[in-house]
Amino acid sequence: MAKPVLEVRNLKMYYFTTRNVVRAVDDVSFELKKGEVLGLAGESGCGKSSLGFTLMGMPTPPGKIVSGSIKIEGREIVGLPENVLRKEIRWQRISMIFQGAMNALNPVYTVGYQMIEPLIYHKGMNKDEAIDRAQKYLELVGLDPEIVYRYPHELSGGMKQRVIIATALLMEPSVVIADEPTTALDVVVQAQIINLMKRLKKELGLSMIFITHDLSILAEISDRIAIMYAGKIVEIGDSEKVYYEPAHPYTQKLLAAIPRLHEDVERLEFIPGQPPNLADPPKGCRFHPRCPYVMQVCKEQVPELREVDKDHYAACWLL
Amino acid sequence: MAEPILKVENLKKYFPIKRGFIDTLKGAPQRKVHAVDGISFEIFKQQVFALVGESGCGKSTTGKLIVKLLEPTDGKIYLEGQDVTEVRTKEELLAYRRKVQMIFQDPFSSMNPRFRIYDVLEEPLLIHGIGETKAEREELIYKALEMVKIVPPEDYVGRNPHMLSGGQRQRVAIARALILNPTFIVADEPVSMLDVSIRAEVLELMKELKEKMGVTYLYITHDMSTARYFADWMAVMYLGRIVEMGPAKVVIDNPLHPYTRALLAAVPEPKPERRNIIKELPIKGEVPSAVDIPPGCRFHPRCIYAQKGLCDVKQPQLIEYEHNHWAECHLVGKY
Ligand SMILES: Nc1ncnc2c1ncn2[C@@H]1O[C@H](COP(=O)(O)OP(=O)(O)OP(=O)(O)O)[C@@H](O)[C@H]1O
Ligand SMILES: Nc1ncnc2c1ncn2[C@@H]1O[C@H](COP(=O)(O)OP(=O)(O)O)[C@@H](O)[C@H]1O
Ligand code: SF4
Ligand code: SF4
Ligand SMILES: [Mg+2]
Ligand SMILES: [Mg+2]
Repeated sequence: MAKPVLEVRNLKMYYFTTRNVVRAVDDVSFELKKGEVLGLAGESGCGKSSLGFTLMGMPTPPGKIVSGSIKIEGREIVGLPENVLRKEIRWQRISMIFQGAMNALNPVYTVGYQMIEPLIYHKGMNKDEAIDRAQKYLELVGLDPEIVYRYPHELSGGMKQRVIIATALLMEPSVVIADEPTTALDVVVQAQIINLMKRLKKELGLSMIFITHDLSILAEISDRIAIMYAGKIVEIGDSEKVYYEPAHPYTQKLLAAIPRLHEDVERLEFIPGQPPNLADPPKGCRFHPRCPYVMQVCKEQVPELREVDKDHYAACWLL
Repeated sequence: MAEPILKVENLKKYFPIKRGFIDTLKGAPQRKVHAVDGISFEIFKQQVFALVGESGCGKSTTGKLIVKLLEPTDGKIYLEGQDVTEVRTKEELLAYRRKVQMIFQDPFSSMNPRFRIYDVLEEPLLIHGIGETKAEREELIYKALEMVKIVPPEDYVGRNPHMLSGGQRQRVAIARALILNPTFIVADEPVSMLDVSIRAEVLELMKELKEKMGVTYLYITHDMSTARYFADWMAVMYLGRIVEMGPAKVVIDNPLHPYTRALLAAVPEPKPERRNIIKELPIKGEVPSAVDIPPGCRFHPRCIYAQKGLCDVKQPQLIEYEHNHWAECHLVGKY
């Protein structure tokens, strides 16, 4: 089997705020294989973006990696000094499409300038070379290369998101993290962007972590799926297995909460209560205050991920 | 058939665009955003009527016209037979607002952050002079919170909105709309900002209140799947017009208009076995600006079936093609 491009072991990243410690990524382990899309889903605030930033080696302050390992193509990046990360890892080895980035494009600079500035800065490319490369990737994402000379306000939402995707690909990274790349878009544009990502996956053999809270979108693209709850991965496995034979009660409930377009559902399920405060998460299984199957052991001991089926893991005392 | 609770007739809302000094001097024509451009529909008692479409198609503007946050450019709105455009004095408006309430997309921005939940709910009671004594109002507030399952109410009334979860905040927003015992609620994307696990809870709650309290809803959403689940009727809007209308299930399972088909084709479905298939999207480009409405059928620049000489010159009309099922397209059944 192909060696993983990304290996994450027992990763912990906490936010050390003045008032408390927010355990946003708390003992997370997984692998990403080459050419694979791993979907990462979970409710708002469960730590998806925090995990993404941590993998880029740039947790947002006051966040710090507490322990664990992140290996990209075998190279450990936890503990590397910032200048090495910036020179050799970030954008070259691993890049990220940030949540909401299309709305953060700077209105006073051309699209091209915003794309190539890091190329000139990081790779020591000259300007013409950099422009050439930007144009090549704009074309790849289905845009007119002349767009390098345009300003963000001249582009539609869908075009801006394509620019952001092209920018993440510019340095030919081995791993791309896409954080909610379609969330702010209308359904038609969203479907167009998902089609684009599918094409890139096929044509470039992209290895990608696709983050979203929307399980339907995730099913459109992911080979494997990881479900996150309160800073931890509670289930991970082949998409088909996770969707059709969910093992963790949280995954089961989440899937039952989705209204279906072509089916009549008498009553939608919902999960009572709310996700826990990560500064003071419940003891034992973090889902236990909301779980219909809670047992005594759940309140005391943290369940570990265990194999329920081939390449399908879940963390629950029922299993 | 019974009289509709709400009847909308040829409703229009144009927003003038601010002109530059030079344009004004040159006498350039006043340009307008055609946010709502001649729509008609009826909603019957205890029904949920969904208004769906991409952003900017005029859904929220329609909602605001109905609750009278905006005045129409043209057209009529009747609530229980009463001409709403005639509601003018402060007293009339107050009485109208008591019957017609709106729930907004963002439960946070629609609440004063310094208010306690108690104040959030007491405000409409004070404005409408309901509940003579403090004790009476308190009882109404507690009852409203219990109705939306914010229980026990005494644990919540002293909190500020930011001390609630998104789902709880949206339930408080619903309680605030319900406390006046309205006949009609405009719910503008009430669950779009909520997580799936909580979304279902709020939809269930709104459904239950429909049965128990006899509320009628205009449900504004861009999400076809929740519309199918929650709504009885559905109208699809495009650039200010209703292009298709009918029972929600019929529209979704048997769409007549090319735009509805495209919208439905674009909806992501939780079927991982199809993940490597590039989806066919029977539509071109993105929504044009509502200032420069294309001539003829306004959907023609994006329509893959558009016929030259017909679709780009002649505006189609909303026609009942099947019993209770309308569409606005020259080529229904022929494309
Ligand atoms: N800079 C920060 N300082 C302190 N806490 C933070 C910071 N950034 C995020 N958090 C907290 O960490 C947790 C995880 O946040 P994160 O942004 O990773 O969630 P998410 O899963 O991406 O959510 P969403 O779906 O809403 O984007 C939350 O409790 C959040 O409040
Ligand atoms: N107050 C306003 N002034 C000018 N244009 C507006 C105003 N409100 C809405 N619009 C425009 O009207 C159109 C319809 O908007 P809206 O009703 O908010 O759409 P939707 O709710 O379907 O997203 C859009 O083009 C929008 O930009
Ligand atoms: S470990 Fe216990 S509380 Fe947690 S999901 Fe499993 S059964 Fe529920
Ligand atoms: S009238 Fe013509 S352009 Fe408009 S939707 Fe029908 S086929 Fe398409
Ligand atoms: Mg996030
Ligand atoms: Mg709106």
